[in-house]
Amino acid sequence: MTPRLKTAHINGLRLLVHLASLGFLLWLGYAVPAGLLGGDPVQGLTHYLGKGALHLLLLTLLVSPLAKRWRQGQLIKLRRPLGLWCAAWAGLHFMVWLGLDLQFDWGLIGGELVKRSYIVVGALALLLLLALSITSIPALLRRMGSAWQKLHNWIYAVALLVPVHYWWSVKSGWQEPLIYLLLAAALLWPRREKLLRPWRQRRQQRQKLKEA
Amino acid sequence: MLIKRRSSHHLTEQDVTPEAVYQDRRLILKGLGLSAATLAFPTQASLLDLFSAEESTPAPATKPLNYKAATRQDGLTLTPLEKAISHNNFYELGTDKGDPARNAHYLKPEPWTLKVEGEVAKPFTLDVWDLINKNTLEERIYRLRCVEAWSMVLPWSGIPLADLIRRAEPNSRAKFVAFETLYDPEQLPGQASRSLGGGIDYPYVEGLRLDEAMNSLSFLAMGLYGKTLPAQNGAPIRLVVPWKYGFKSIKSIVSIRLVEEMPPTTWNLLAPNEYGFYANVNPEVDHPRWSQASERFIGEGGIFGAKRQPTLMFNGYGDEVASLYQGMDLRKWY
Repeated sequence: MTPRLKTAHINGLRLLVHLASLGFLLWLGYAVPAGLLGGDPVQGLTHYLGKGALHLLLLTLLVSPLAKRWRQGQLIKLRRPLGLWCAAWAGLHFMVWLGLDLQFDWGLIGGELVKRSYIVVGALALLLLLALSITSIPALLRRMGSAWQKLHNWIYAVALLVPVHYWWSVKSGWQEPLIYLLLAAALLWPRREKLLRPWRQRRQQRQKLKEA
Repeated sequence: MLIKRRSSHHLTEQDVTPEAVYQDRRLILKGLGLSAATLAFPTQASLLDLFSAEESTPAPATKPLNYKAATRQDGLTLTPLEKAISHNNFYELGTDKGDPARNAHYLKPEPWTLKVEGEVAKPFTLDVWDLINKNTLEERIYRLRCVEAWSMVLPWSGIPLADLIRRAEPNSRAKFVAFETLYDPEQLPGQASRSLGGGIDYPYVEGLRLDEAMNSLSFLAMGLYGKTLPAQNGAPIRLVVPWKYGFKSIKSIVSIRLVEEMPPTTWNLLAPNEYGFYANVNPEVDHPRWSQASERFIGEGGIFGAKRQPTLMFNGYGDEVASLYQGMDLRKWY
């Protein structure tokens, strides 16, 4: 029998999540001036932050399957810091595009946000992440009741939107985005019952109506 | 008679920060003790450096060139050498912008032969280093506009493409010019690995219409900033067609072939709806996934130093090349 993780262990893991998420950001303070992202690091920065956010998203989705598999309910406590860091990295990714690439040219930004499908998809995922982040405040969680869970189920949509955003954005080489899409699909697969429930319920209702 | 006109779009030496001055500037900065920390611990950089342009790209294996410098005139700013050799699209050496500089050592540009053949009366094989060592090259300062909406201004040394083509005496069937990059996975590891090389089918091929190739702007560069080309910039010989998106300016060329039919081109084969054969810089025709109306100019300064500027039709070279496309719908022939 596996020993139960104690609160102290969870706190240690939580600290690790914070240190790693922050550490990889601070590394940029060395890497950018040292030219590790190329002489003009804007594109490198965008990719680094975007991919980091995607990694954090996949880790967030990995928490509950692991908690179930090893019967470690306490692990669930890691989901919030991971999810919040994911949103933070995604926000920075967006800010680099906005400020360093498009240089806050609002006319251009507005046009791109409407015209380019991969940016629409990315922006949608970011908005969802923002909504989930704001509602992560414990007071709101309590007040929202069952609506909270409904809202937070949108993370599954984000899990598909982000790899699609990545796939659509690359100039060539679809293999890497495909791997991320497959990883996301693998994480959603065990949740298929839950994900398909709304459709199934609707079908059953329709059937009942027909019979009546 | 050859009449040399200097149009307003000709960039000259004054637009450039010469490498020597650039190096001096760094020495001055160091003299002031501004980067004392990085001198004492060369592998460490302080967090504050995020806001400056501190470079640590390994010095490329280049040699000084015999070239006639472009005349001076007021105008634009040149992109510093350090950025020109550390921000490259050369997928054969890796898809990240910094990869080509890191993998530059794989490419051995010496010796190098270039074939000029096809629909010509006098095909020939050229010893590129013979050409470099025995000639005074001409310097041209050109704007470079990447299809990814960033741009540079760079001083190239080389010869007009037309000189080489004329020497081969094209026959009446010659309508297009097809270029090919070296195919050697040992020297260009991206050709061996799909993940490093971006899943492109190599060798990289490009093409021009014959009249485009004969235009006086079309240039074969063998030098950058007065020295032979670094591997990451397409050593030892590359095309520079400044009114077209950068991917047309094929690197490390081994073959120039005069042909009758429009030749296939690499990016067009990969995504025909995104990259056309002509690929003329055109602010009015967007890439399907981003706007081409403006560009981020990479000049001096750190990551907050770049400027967004409007993109010019034909990258500002309309006087010289617009007549090539008279009557053509440039939306259709993007």
